[in-house]
Amino acid sequence: MDDNLTIMAESITFEVFRYKPDESSEPSLQKYKIPWQKDWVILDALNYIKDNIDGTLSYRWSCRMGVCGSCGMMVNGKPVLTCATFLKKFLPGPIRIEPLENFPVIRDLVIEMSDFLDKLKSVKPWVIRDEQDLVEEEYVQTPDQLADYKQYSMCINCMLCYSACPVVALEPDFVGPAAIALAQRYNMDNRDQGNKERMEVLNADTGIWNCTFVGDCSVVCPENVDPAGAIQRYKVESASHWWKNLLLPWGKG
Amino acid sequence: MEKFVVALGKRLINRVMTDAGKSIRRTYKKKMPILWWAQRSSYLHFIIRELTSLAVVYFVIILLFLLRAISQSEPAYIEFMAMLRSPAIMLLNIIALFGLIFHSITWFNLAPKAMVIKVGKHRVPGVLIALANFAGWLVISILIGWFLL
Repeated sequence: MDDNLTIMAESITFEVFRYKPDESSEPSLQKYKIPWQKDWVILDALNYIKDNIDGTLSYRWSCRMGVCGSCGMMVNGKPVLTCATFLKKFLPGPIRIEPLENFPVIRDLVIEMSDFLDKLKSVKPWVIRDEQDLVEEEYVQTPDQLADYKQYSMCINCMLCYSACPVVALEPDFVGPAAIALAQRYNMDNRDQGNKERMEVLNADTGIWNCTFVGDCSVVCPENVDPAGAIQRYKVESASHWWKNLLLPWGKG
Repeated sequence: MEKFVVALGKRLINRVMTDAGKSIRRTYKKKMPILWWAQRSSYLHFIIRELTSLAVVYFVIILLFLLRAISQSEPAYIEFMAMLRSPAIMLLNIIALFGLIFHSITWFNLAPKAMVIKVGKHRVPGVLIALANFAGWLVISILIGWFLL
């Protein structure tokens, strides 16, 4: 108990990435020395800075409970949800906070995500049916069929996987981990018939074949979506599809 | 005259709007350093895994040259084997062997990500799939060793 009190009496230094495009075209690191509490997450510390020291600090956050996916940042070089990462893990500091890597920075810790949203949309993440009109009866799904894709449906679009992926940085057109996992979420849904439509995007050079399987996307994912697994499974499926077409061209695609 | 003023006003507004748009879009993009793969241990692990695939290629080439020597003549085979025993080639082989082992282990460890096998309703745990791969590797290695020795 005494140990805790002495630690808590101390302060901790944050080195926060600042980028103010109206003042300078180059970013800088700003230091803040703050008191802290042992139950704080990184986001609490940022809120403390914003409320008490520097109101100009900009960052995104919303739910504080790992659901909304807004508060992803680089903490000591690793992409994490700041609301789900305890401060005491990084003692005695300093703790470096930077915006998510591999995204253009708008201001301070706020990144530009429109490219990510376009990529999500490109894989047609909705149930596609062959028939034009809605049919009368419901499309039935058993719990086992749900289990087939449920993991891939847990994505909260926090973009940590894009930050962890070196291919995203090296190949800007790469569709990316979250979007491909989301495509698999629909491909593996028994009610969906859009596999062929999605294949155009997924099987392109900028789709699954851009992935070199570094695997970090699955490591940093806060929801255990396992995008790396989703991509490798699609590679196997696409390759077997190719072989089937080659050996049995008369068979059904 | 009135039209002209309206047109001028529109043009001015457009100008201000696009300038404002540009200032919003003045984003900062960090450049990827050439040594990006040395910055995280997971990236380094990945690069070593990819580079050690060259060790696999190397042993395939050695094997092909060995087959060629065997098909040519007995002296050619003896000469090739003597070449393999030279210290430089031995050293290269030892390095390549470590590379090959690293590549094989990391490769089989990744197998569960791509292989999803279901028995009945349950997905086979990844550890079992990796173990099955390692067991297969071991059995084939023993068979080849038994055949050769």
